[in-house]
Amino acid sequence: MSGYASGIVAILCINLIFAYAIFVTAAAGQLNLGGAGFQAIGAYAAAWLSSSAHMPANVTIPLAILASALVGFVISFPVLRTRGVYMVLATFAFGQFVSGFLLRSPTFGGAIGMVVADYIGVGALVICAVVTTLLVFFLMASRLGLAIRSIHDDELVSTIMGVNVRAVQVAMFTLGGALAGLSGALYAHHFSFVEAQYFNSLLSIYVLLFVLIGGTQTAWGPLVGSLFFTLLPELMRVGGSWRYVVFGVVIVLMMVLRPQGIVTRALVARLSPRNWWPASSRAATRVSDAG
Amino acid sequence: MPVEPILSLKQVTKRFGGLTVADQVSFDVPQGSRMALIGPNGAGKTTLFNLMSGVYPLDGGSIWLEGRQIDGLPSRQRIGAGLSRSFQNIRLMPHLSVIENVMLGQHAKASGLGDLMTPILWQRAGRWRQMAIERLEAAGIDVHPDAEVSSLPYGVRKKIEVVRALMSSPSLLMLDEPAAGLNPRETAELSAFLKDVAADGVTLLVVEHDMSFVHDLCERTVVLNFGRLIYNGATRSVQDDAAVREAYLGSRRVAGDGGDRAA
Ligand SMILES: Nc1ncnc2c1ncn2[C@@H]1O[C@H](COP(=O)(O)OP(=O)(O)OP(=O)(O)O)[C@@H](O)[C@H]1O
Ligand SMILES: [Mg+2]
Repeated sequence: MSGYASGIVAILCINLIFAYAIFVTAAAGQLNLGGAGFQAIGAYAAAWLSSSAHMPANVTIPLAILASALVGFVISFPVLRTRGVYMVLATFAFGQFVSGFLLRSPTFGGAIGMVVADYIGVGALVICAVVTTLLVFFLMASRLGLAIRSIHDDELVSTIMGVNVRAVQVAMFTLGGALAGLSGALYAHHFSFVEAQYFNSLLSIYVLLFVLIGGTQTAWGPLVGSLFFTLLPELMRVGGSWRYVVFGVVIVLMMVLRPQGIVTRALVARLSPRNWWPASSRAATRVSDAG
Repeated sequence: MPVEPILSLKQVTKRFGGLTVADQVSFDVPQGSRMALIGPNGAGKTTLFNLMSGVYPLDGGSIWLEGRQIDGLPSRQRIGAGLSRSFQNIRLMPHLSVIENVMLGQHAKASGLGDLMTPILWQRAGRWRQMAIERLEAAGIDVHPDAEVSSLPYGVRKKIEVVRALMSSPSLLMLDEPAAGLNPRETAELSAFLKDVAADGVTLLVVEHDMSFVHDLCERTVVLNFGRLIYNGATRSVQDDAAVREAYLGSRRVAGDGGDRAA
């Protein structure tokens, strides 16, 4: 693989895991605009443990996941007291706080950033991305996944159906923190360098945007969303600075034409091989001895 | 035969600001009965359902289900205690398919992490899915399990909501205007289906304006007016009751002269 191609694959893997971090809360109806903050915690935890505590990547990455999961858990309590645009603002403020803190902290290199000692190759990133994808697909196929999607649609009815709405939301913030932390730790170990400026609000906005544009109803959404957002700017490279204009127009068009995201549950059902032959699939779902 | 009440409301009171929407309401729902809760618009019927399912706290009184006080239970635990309900305005989950909506109704029966992490949406022949499909078929709902609920006719969605409420195997099923918006054929089918449900041992408490439906399904009726209980007795004599006639006339609606409708 050329350096260029492997660089794109690495970014794609990191973006994909990052997208799933934001997706698991968005699927339950919570918008997290502080994604970069959680990613930064994972990246800096891994960087510090690697460079200052001289730990290998297979130790720093689990610890980085743990740290950002813990922050996600703790942050979920104040954040879940807010709703709608206030939740978006609260998570945004959290992201700003983290990057501001890192910029001013001498322990973490301040504006200069930190060099990360242990290097991991693109292969490990691919493995992590595949495992994360499978995990989220499994989650969304489970009864918990059904509860998550129900909460997105109607919290009151979900509660009456017996779903512990608050517990699920806290769990999703924690899982989201963990996945964002993983993506950050992988970033740190692959690019061997972290700086607070990278984990800025634009990154938080982009990741939330590509999750929403991909669609939050199924685990396919982030896959399509992150492919789109990683590859589109590359494909448009030839356009010079005009590519940002085209990019912006494409985003606005997507939001106008398909506000529910590119991939919806109904689309997946329609494309499912089971439903290619409606008559036989219907017979297959019948219960032979009903009644 | 002497039957224990499955549900008891004792002096249930609820105020919204200065408006008392439930005013010391007391009545029992006998075990295994099919009971109607009727009253003019704004009488407080839906509010009473909301109080029973824990949407709001009580301002006074208590609610008992099978001898257990439930008004202090969190809303999500009441379905597990045996109380399940539908909604006056259809509240199916718009982004879930038919089968997913119905399987959501099983949530209270799923216990522990093992059940929560079972990939029920991948199991085309799993027991949870089979149970949901059997119930849909028993209710005469003939639609594709993966269909979008928003694409279905009103009457079908209304029925799916009843099926969803049944999936938790409740001891008390509370339906808020299940026949509203159904055509006469659908109404008759619903009535027959609910009789089957009751025959399986589920107690019914039904809010309904369609009096012919109430007469057909429910042997007993309680009437609410301005948050107060004004009648508790046999359905067949409800329209002969002076207070009930007064209540409906007062709201310029006639309690089914000729015995069919009280809007
Ligand atoms: N959350 C609320 N806040 C304030 N007032 C409310 C609330 N819910 C209901 N009410 C009021 O309480 C009264 C009873 O309403 P409720 O919906 O229980 O009536 P209902 O008997 O179900 O009527 P309908 O037959 O029209 O469904 C109405 O005056 C209504 O406006
Ligand atoms: Mg009502």
